Amino acid sequence: MKKSSHWTHRAWLILPLLAALFLLMAAGKARAALDEAALQQLATGDFGARIAAIEAIGAGGGEDARRLIAALEAGELGVLDGRVVILTGGTVTDAASGATLEAAANAVDTLRVNNRVRRAIGTAKAALDLTAGERDTRLAAANTLRDNASETLLPVLERALETEQDEAIRDIVLLAAARVNLNAAEPAKRLKAVSALGQSSDPAVRTMLEPFLLPANEPDALVREAAADSINAIERRVAFAQHVGTVFSGLSLGSILLLAALGLAITYGVMGVINMAHGELLMIGAYAAYLVQGLFRTHLPEWVDWYVVAAIPAGFFAAAAVGVLMERSVLRFLYGRPLESLLATWGISLVLIQAARVIFGPQNVELANPSWMSGGVELAAGVVLPYNRIVILGFGVFVLVLVWLMMNRTRLGMFVRAVTQNRPMAGCVGVPTARIDTLAFAIGAGIAGLGGVALSQIANVGPAMGTGYIVDSFMVVVLGGVGQLAGAVWAAMGLGIVSKFLEGWAGAVIAKILVLVFIIAFIQKRPQGIFALKGRFADS
Amino acid sequence: MRTPYTVRLFTSMPRAGWVALVLFALFAWVWMPIAHLALPPEHALHVSSYWVSLLGKILCYMVVAVAMDLIWGYAGILSLGHGLFFALGGYAFGMYLMRQIGRDGSYGAELPDFMVFLDWKELPWYWSGSDSFLWALFLVVALPGVLAWVFGFFAFRSRIKGVYFAIITQALTYAAMLLFFRNETGFGGNNGFTDFKRILGYGITTPEMRVVLFGLSAALLVGVLLLGRYLVTSRFGRVLAAIRDAESRVMFIGYNPLHYKLFIWTLSAVLCGLAGALYVPQVGIINPSEMSPANSIEIAVWVAVGGRGTLVGAVLGAGIVNLAKSWFTVSFPEYWPFFLGFLFIAVTLFLPRGVVGLWEQLRSRRGPQAASDPAPEAAPAPVSAAQGPRPPDTVVPAQVSESTRGATA
Repeated sequence: MKKSSHWTHRAWLILPLLAALFLLMAAGKARAALDEAALQQLATGDFGARIAAIEAIGAGGGEDARRLIAALEAGELGVLDGRVVILTGGTVTDAASGATLEAAANAVDTLRVNNRVRRAIGTAKAALDLTAGERDTRLAAANTLRDNASETLLPVLERALETEQDEAIRDIVLLAAARVNLNAAEPAKRLKAVSALGQSSDPAVRTMLEPFLLPANEPDALVREAAADSINAIERRVAFAQHVGTVFSGLSLGSILLLAALGLAITYGVMGVINMAHGELLMIGAYAAYLVQGLFRTHLPEWVDWYVVAAIPAGFFAAAAVGVLMERSVLRFLYGRPLESLLATWGISLVLIQAARVIFGPQNVELANPSWMSGGVELAAGVVLPYNRIVILGFGVFVLVLVWLMMNRTRLGMFVRAVTQNRPMAGCVGVPTARIDTLAFAIGAGIAGLGGVALSQIANVGPAMGTGYIVDSFMVVVLGGVGQLAGAVWAAMGLGIVSKFLEGWAGAVIAKILVLVFIIAFIQKRPQGIFALKGRFADS
Repeated sequence: MRTPYTVRLFTSMPRAGWVALVLFALFAWVWMPIAHLALPPEHALHVSSYWVSLLGKILCYMVVAVAMDLIWGYAGILSLGHGLFFALGGYAFGMYLMRQIGRDGSYGAELPDFMVFLDWKELPWYWSGSDSFLWALFLVVALPGVLAWVFGFFAFRSRIKGVYFAIITQALTYAAMLLFFRNETGFGGNNGFTDFKRILGYGITTPEMRVVLFGLSAALLVGVLLLGRYLVTSRFGRVLAAIRDAESRVMFIGYNPLHYKLFIWTLSAVLCGLAGALYVPQVGIINPSEMSPANSIEIAVWVAVGGRGTLVGAVLGAGIVNLAKSWFTVSFPEYWPFFLGFLFIAVTLFLPRGVVGLWEQLRSRRGPQAASDPAPEAAPAPVSAAQGPRPPDTVVPAQVSESTRGATA
């Protein structure tokens, strides 16, 4: 569906990291002594020994260590007569003392780097970064160490735990340390580690802890108990995060339902017109967004990220224009006959669908999420709140407020309510009822267009897209009580959250059927929806 | 109350009505077999298998239209979910047809092809008995009947009607469509049932079988028309029309509308199921798209085009729209939806009584004494547009027109 550009995020993480490294390297003239034994190992040992040495050097910390690791990564570290030397250009420097050696560069035996070594280099760098640098650098380092730390790095982790102020980083470091300690020989260390892991909310940690429940793997009863407690704590936390996620996706679905149904709440709820072409008005809004995107791509490529903003008025007015046309040509002759307006508007919807198919082709068209709507906020492992859903939620609130203001605070809204409540009387006191009908229908249609612009950001845009929403929209309006904006809001949000919880439990289709059964049952109890009915056709 | 056209066809003009029925019977049961089986293909009067299947299919649609007219035209209940009952009847019979394929499927297995494809090892429990013809016939009636009864009971008990009812039935068929689209449901998912071979051991694509199915469809249509005529002329039909026009008053007199509505609703669903069962072997496929809300709305279109509350109008409407559809979809596939859409807008705006009403309008214009029904039709879809569209400023709110209608009726 939508392409999201994760690389930009990664770039934002890496850039400050590089910058910090660079600054530190430039400033680092002061020397901390490198671990001699480790250097020796690096020079003479096999790959395994070298990896251990690299980690030890990383754990030791200091500017020299950083330079050494950087050189190793760049392939500029070599061995000359059993000593580790750094090759920069043509000059050879002793790694331990920093003294320049009078030796030919080609006499140096460069250290080879394989994948395991490379991973060790990464870990060592992370260990060096963990106690120095900006927050982003430390966070990245902590994340690296969480997966790769070994016992050698334990002192670094403990040092970081003492000094680190940032909660998020501390949590990760705690995890990393606990992970290392899980393999410790002493039961006390394991106990501590197992308890510490209970702080996590990562389902992966749960699988890590599971072996400690079995006596065959874990001899110490206390550790077993602590592991069980930790697993419970993790499960509780994961379940909570998932509930929050479900509620959010329910609200997000609810806001989509609301955007789809708000226009209907006006045309059906207030005016009593059963508009089966409502879904096609959504479609017109979505296609308007598509056209605006095309215009921006060809004429304003540098502003293309903001096409959505320009699409909002475009969608509104395109759908409103079609609405005016519908009202003037067909619907005004059918007021007071809801079943016939239903059938006539269905005819209109057929015509609109086919028109879209002829103009834009039968395939779905591509709409790109602007970059500021890609990605999301991660609540917990696996629970992500996507930005586009958040934006649509906010947009729904915005449109709702707009409609409420329009209906309750403007002259037009007052006229619409007057015509709704008593048409002949409104006409008698000089309200131009025919024009109000047209305007009200145009606004209802325009709001459907706004819904279509919002939908274009999360769903397929094609000639048939409207039909999928029409049933849902009517459900919202019927459940909420005809003519009640507040009812539509409650119904949309309620339906959204209920269906998301049911979906998690029974799957999407069964959830849909259950929601339908629920609505039928609900209408049994309250035949006029959540709120009582005050429309033009209260009895129809 | 305006006498329904069929009633007049059978009462005021008994001979013309019976003559029409006999002519139809002769056409379906005598002429069709001769023209299809006995005449050689080169013969000018030979009816090709394409036409036999097409007309048989349209006969099934006509039955559905009459069923829809019974509840919409006479009881005032607009259902936008009748495609569901039609499809359920089709699926119930389709199960039998699938089992009749036996080992002739492309996998040569005992199970239907789509189950082999899904790697299922045995039939799901609800397929048990599906190899029995009688059980299939029972299901054809029982499945739509029970579903309609249960749904109708809850809907009518809480007095859900009008637009609410229409929308809920639409949601019902939409939900069922989603359910049947899934492979796990065990009804062939997206593709539904197809590739049938035989019924009761006889090949399904033989000309003889085609003629038999056509004859059965014609018989069903005649039966449904006679049953409908009997129902709407009986006291039951009059109570039903009274419920349609003023439900509250019928209740005050002491009738319980629930039973009347429930009976006609369930009957209508069963008739749709029967039509679906005859439709499937003639068309050779049943899939969930039959349950799409658009298909169900189209059924309402047929009735509206023909004229509501006339029975004959429903038959005419289904015939006209479907013949136009098969012509358009072949000649101008791009324009069929435009045509259907504009046809429908035009019918609701200019022909509120449908084709039958148009014919009556013309007749009354020729001979004023023939216009013997000056009383406005009291259907929920009233007639005012027959006097030309009203200027919107004089539109009366429904409550008012409801009460004035009550005062004059």
